[in-house]
Amino acid sequence: MTEPAITPELIEAHGLKPDEYERILEIIGRTPSFTELGIFSAMWNEHCSYKSSKIHLRKLPTEGPQVICGPGENAGIVDIGDGQCVVFKMESHNHPSYIEPYQGAATGVGGILRDVFTMGARPIAAMNALSFGEPSHPKTRQLVNGVVEGIGGYGNCFGVPTVGGEVRFHPAYNGNCLVNAFAAGLADTDAIFYSAASGIGMPVVYLGAKTGRDGVGGATMASAEFDDTIEEKRPTVQVGDPFTEKRLMEATLELMQTGAVISIQDMGAAGLTCSAVEMGDKGGLGIKLNLDAVPQREENMTAYEMMLSESQERMLMVLNPEKEAEARAVFEKWDLDFAIVGETIAEDRFLVMHGNETKADLPLANLSGSAPEYDRPWVETPPAAEMDPVPEIDAIDGLKSLIASPNYAHKSWVWEQYDTMVMADTVVAPGAGSGVVRVHGTEKALAFTSDVTPRYVKANPYEGGKQAVAEAYRNLSAKGALPLATTDNLNFGNPEKPEIMGQFVGALKGIGEACAALNTPIVSGNVSLYNETDGQGILPTPTIGAVGLLDNLDQLIDGTARAGHVALMIGPEGAHLGQSALLAEAFSREDGDAPHVDLAAEKAHGDFIRGNAQFIDACTDLADGGLALAAFEMAEAAGVGVQIDAAGNGPLFGEDQARYLIACSFDKAEALMVAAGQAGVPIHTVGKFGGDTVTLGGSSAPLSDLSETYRSTFAANFA
Amino acid sequence: MKAAVITFPGSNCDRDLAVAFEQAGFDVARVWHKDTALPSGVDVVGIPGGFSFGDYLRCGAIAANSPICRSVVAHAEAGGFVLGICNGFQVLCETGLLPGVLMRNAGLKFVCRNVGLTVASAESAFTSGYAQGDALVVPVAHHDGNYNVDAEGLAALEAEGRVAFRYTDNPNGSMGDIAGVLSENRRVLGMMPHPERAVDAQHGGTDGAAMFKGLAEALVSA
Repeated sequence: MTEPAITPELIEAHGLKPDEYERILEIIGRTPSFTELGIFSAMWNEHCSYKSSKIHLRKLPTEGPQVICGPGENAGIVDIGDGQCVVFKMESHNHPSYIEPYQGAATGVGGILRDVFTMGARPIAAMNALSFGEPSHPKTRQLVNGVVEGIGGYGNCFGVPTVGGEVRFHPAYNGNCLVNAFAAGLADTDAIFYSAASGIGMPVVYLGAKTGRDGVGGATMASAEFDDTIEEKRPTVQVGDPFTEKRLMEATLELMQTGAVISIQDMGAAGLTCSAVEMGDKGGLGIKLNLDAVPQREENMTAYEMMLSESQERMLMVLNPEKEAEARAVFEKWDLDFAIVGETIAEDRFLVMHGNETKADLPLANLSGSAPEYDRPWVETPPAAEMDPVPEIDAIDGLKSLIASPNYAHKSWVWEQYDTMVMADTVVAPGAGSGVVRVHGTEKALAFTSDVTPRYVKANPYEGGKQAVAEAYRNLSAKGALPLATTDNLNFGNPEKPEIMGQFVGALKGIGEACAALNTPIVSGNVSLYNETDGQGILPTPTIGAVGLLDNLDQLIDGTARAGHVALMIGPEGAHLGQSALLAEAFSREDGDAPHVDLAAEKAHGDFIRGNAQFIDACTDLADGGLALAAFEMAEAAGVGVQIDAAGNGPLFGEDQARYLIACSFDKAEALMVAAGQAGVPIHTVGKFGGDTVTLGGSSAPLSDLSETYRSTFAANFA
Repeated sequence: MKAAVITFPGSNCDRDLAVAFEQAGFDVARVWHKDTALPSGVDVVGIPGGFSFGDYLRCGAIAANSPICRSVVAHAEAGGFVLGICNGFQVLCETGLLPGVLMRNAGLKFVCRNVGLTVASAESAFTSGYAQGDALVVPVAHHDGNYNVDAEGLAALEAEGRVAFRYTDNPNGSMGDIAGVLSENRRVLGMMPHPERAVDAQHGGTDGAAMFKGLAEALVSA
């Protein structure tokens, strides 16, 4: 089949800038073929090459004694002792989910699960952080339903418990929803698999589902803004098959035990192209592919289509040839394709053959090594303007404005569509700040949370970046878990705009400082740029996924408040109302600065909580909605009333950081007071639990009425 | 006492079910769906939850025609015990060992939460660890758990006391709040809730443990 001629229009349609095309000509010294142009566009788009973000990502702290493998592989790996490790990553599927919510979200889950089991880890927990437009926007209800069903449809069938996540709504996401999927797996430290190929003349094997035309150009689509041609982009969204993924996982993990795997890489964005180049590049080898051997689902596929297809549930591996028969038998057992499609070669070449023709012959190392890298111009986000005064509001009215908003209402409508308990090790299910999963067959457990407050990041990227990490740290500490490490999913608008790039740079500086101070290095991550529609960008949303360890489940803080319990607050009295939830929900205002984060206080308070877990029955961090929302949530979960003595907007709804709310008996409260005094940690009695009303300062309401609002709001908006 | 747990390619509660059997003192054999015979000496066959063949065609329909299911049916017809949970219940209905079908939930959505159950019949080896009327809390997690059976079938189930469990707050629209049913000889039980997810105080409570323990005791005294 003859390939189209290379024209400026074709180059532009591949998302390549004129200077980037010039660089291609320099590298290969001739005009590329159509297939070669596709390969370059797949490797050099923003999604795959991180060309706008790389120079800033290098500044993040990624090392620590607990880190076995930092960024650069399919997922990060952290030691959890006893010869075991946790393998995790978070990744976005924003663009496809807006175009086709069910499949977009489903394949987002599929992709992140594959990243984890490719390294030899069995997935044991999933989370997802979702951002949608305002609830009244005509697209929002369909997106919420489709995305939630897609996540459930894939994760439930695959058989991984979904144990946490976030759901937020803001008009800035009207044209671009965010779907950030997290997965964590468990592996033995001495049985981890990497992607670097080794050995010359080793067979390159294609595993899993067949290749179709779906998702051709998906990574390039995800590297551009949306406009009114969005409907035309539907064919670039892949279709997921969780049943095949489940079999692929079982077969891959079984295969790894045979000793057949030299290196392995999942086929994600830009499928066969990215995975082959990555394995060759990391191993310093060339790769020769014979596309005639690729299992195909459709007829007459061209080399270009096969190289750019993003068909799901596929892997590429370099095989130890002595083990071929055993490896093949495993895949036959699971009824999956196993095909030798190429070999490793000594020369630095990426050779693609199809029908006895050479469709591509490129210097392999240059495909990723010479990808463009930009130091895009950026301007610092200006300091927030002085805030207008906030009128005092009746405290119960203030609370109602929060719990009647889908942002802060109870989210069981979402998580009941996810299997939160499969594998029978879920100790803390969604809805409690962080989810906790037991390490199967042990008394150890892992805690998971995902956090960011985009309003803060917009107002003050640096403090907002710090806050995302600090909140994750608190959510883990509030369960008694020691925060180990983090993964970042950086969702921003168009990086070619200096003010957007300024948000990115500022947020990353804050994230880096916080991760260093709190000893939670970033071990994996993903960048999603160009989240814009018709020039309108999203709120900067650097989602932080974090993992904590409980050496023994007896350290877990998982009780509930009870009548007679004292309410104690760790940290200073609240005062900061800038960018607060109260301001947004009760007054429709988003002004003021983000709260500033004192990282030393965060560390000290987190250490205090974990060190005194035996005195704490229930604990939650204070975040959006301050003391009032935290106290209500703790009381509501326990079905008991609460009386908070503080009055006024600041003390009740202020969102000052480094704070926790604790419920415990009087005797334990005394012990905590003594311990806090010794540790120099601020602690105050702020009220007590009991009765059946919620009292905030001088205002009260029956718990049952508030509970009804809190639990019905979400379904009322989206069911 | 020996239990066999069947694994279809999309089963995902097979390990959980094996753990629950083991905890009650069973030796557990894991059996692959392409096997044609059960291991010898098996007292009870467990068909676990999950998505046996991706729920393509109809939940449980392809699994019901897999090689091992012929042996499972033969085992039941010879008076052996069979426990089908969630997708396993769907498989048992598809094989005809139990009457009725599991349709899409009335709310059309997947539902995963703890539900209240009452023990409607303690007259089986599976429910012998309970008393009739006991209130239990056990998780459900399914998309297709809406139990339906024709009028005669329902009348027979009720008349013969073959409803094993009922929901106290029906999560899926099942007829008569039916959560689990027994075969005529009371040796085959299918149920949508997951008792194997309720055998551990740290996970899902312990209200399901009495099922496995009761079954073990009934088998020993039988």
